[in-house]
Amino acid sequence: MNFGLLINEGPYNHQAADTAYQFARAALAKGHRVQRVFFYNDGVNNASKLTEPPQDDRHIVNRWSKLAQESGVDLVVCVAAGLRRGLVEDNLAPGFRISGLGQLVESGIEADRLVVFGD
Amino acid sequence: MTETRDEIGLEAGGGVRKKFMFVNRKAPYGTIYALEGLEVVLISAAFDQDVSLAFLDDGVYQLVKGQQTKGLEVKNFSPTYRALEGYDVEKLYVEREALEARGIREDQLLVPVQVVSAREMGQLMEQQDVIIGF
Amino acid sequence: MLHIVNKSPYERNSLASCLGHAQKGGAVLLTEDAVYGATRGNLVEGAIRKALEELPVYALGPDLEARGMQANVIEGVQVVDFGGFVDLVAEHRTSQSWL
Repeated sequence: MNFGLLINEGPYNHQAADTAYQFARAALAKGHRVQRVFFYNDGVNNASKLTEPPQDDRHIVNRWSKLAQESGVDLVVCVAAGLRRGLVEDNLAPGFRISGLGQLVESGIEADRLVVFGD
Repeated sequence: MTETRDEIGLEAGGGVRKKFMFVNRKAPYGTIYALEGLEVVLISAAFDQDVSLAFLDDGVYQLVKGQQTKGLEVKNFSPTYRALEGYDVEKLYVEREALEARGIREDQLLVPVQVVSAREMGQLMEQQDVIIGF
Repeated sequence: MLHIVNKSPYERNSLASCLGHAQKGGAVLLTEDAVYGATRGNLVEGAIRKALEELPVYALGPDLEARGMQANVIEGVQVVDFGGFVDLVAEHRTSQSWL
């Protein structure tokens, strides 16, 4: 099955990004496909390459980048939500791309299931 | 997987038309969810999908007439709900129980809506293909 | 439909609203802070027991464990891992997150 994910909260502040990541990994482990992860609202902060958590904490941004690299998951950051919050190409971590809200609607159309993670 | 595609049905030209419902349960201004949610609704209109909006819980406050945001220096986005018709987004469902609990009458809303019971709202949700809540 | 709730029932009305709208044939999954709603001996237990008469209720195990609540789950609430979360989404035609 083909899953689309929507993440509406930033990393660390709220558990949504962790839950979504664990969901994506479990889906891939079961042989499903994660068609796209769309980052909206404060969720765009999941894509900042400036993120530097303490050594003993999980690195949420790098975890996403690795997921994109290893499993080919399409990580899309909303351009308008990103601009609002200072998230632009210059500070985008590897594996993420910036695009429009249409990518979210397209995910809803193309994926068999769209799951929303937020606050 | 193929079963899902069959349930949805394919339109002429191969375009898939799904039933999208945007569920609004939060008040405006206190958080950005109502505003950024509305931005998704406007984009979805360009994809020729069967779009509806549901307003329940504090989401009904989004539609109250007379919003004036000058004092806060934030954008008053409430006129956008009136513009939805121009985007062919015409299915606005507002829950009766949510209005009553908050002492809001239908004539205090800034746009024509269909008032439905919680039970009917639950049934409408069941009919959707994609539900996005902010 | 799979209804996903992630808020403590003591903080917000998401669980109550979800239970007020869920139809027969649906299911409820409690994640994150909502797993407190899956536990015994509190104000919310009655609402979950009532819901269980009509709907299956699931709780995410890793969230229960992180909060020290794994030994206190209401009988009838089924504990699932992330793989089970994926299965639930796959089994239901749609999901709704009660944010």
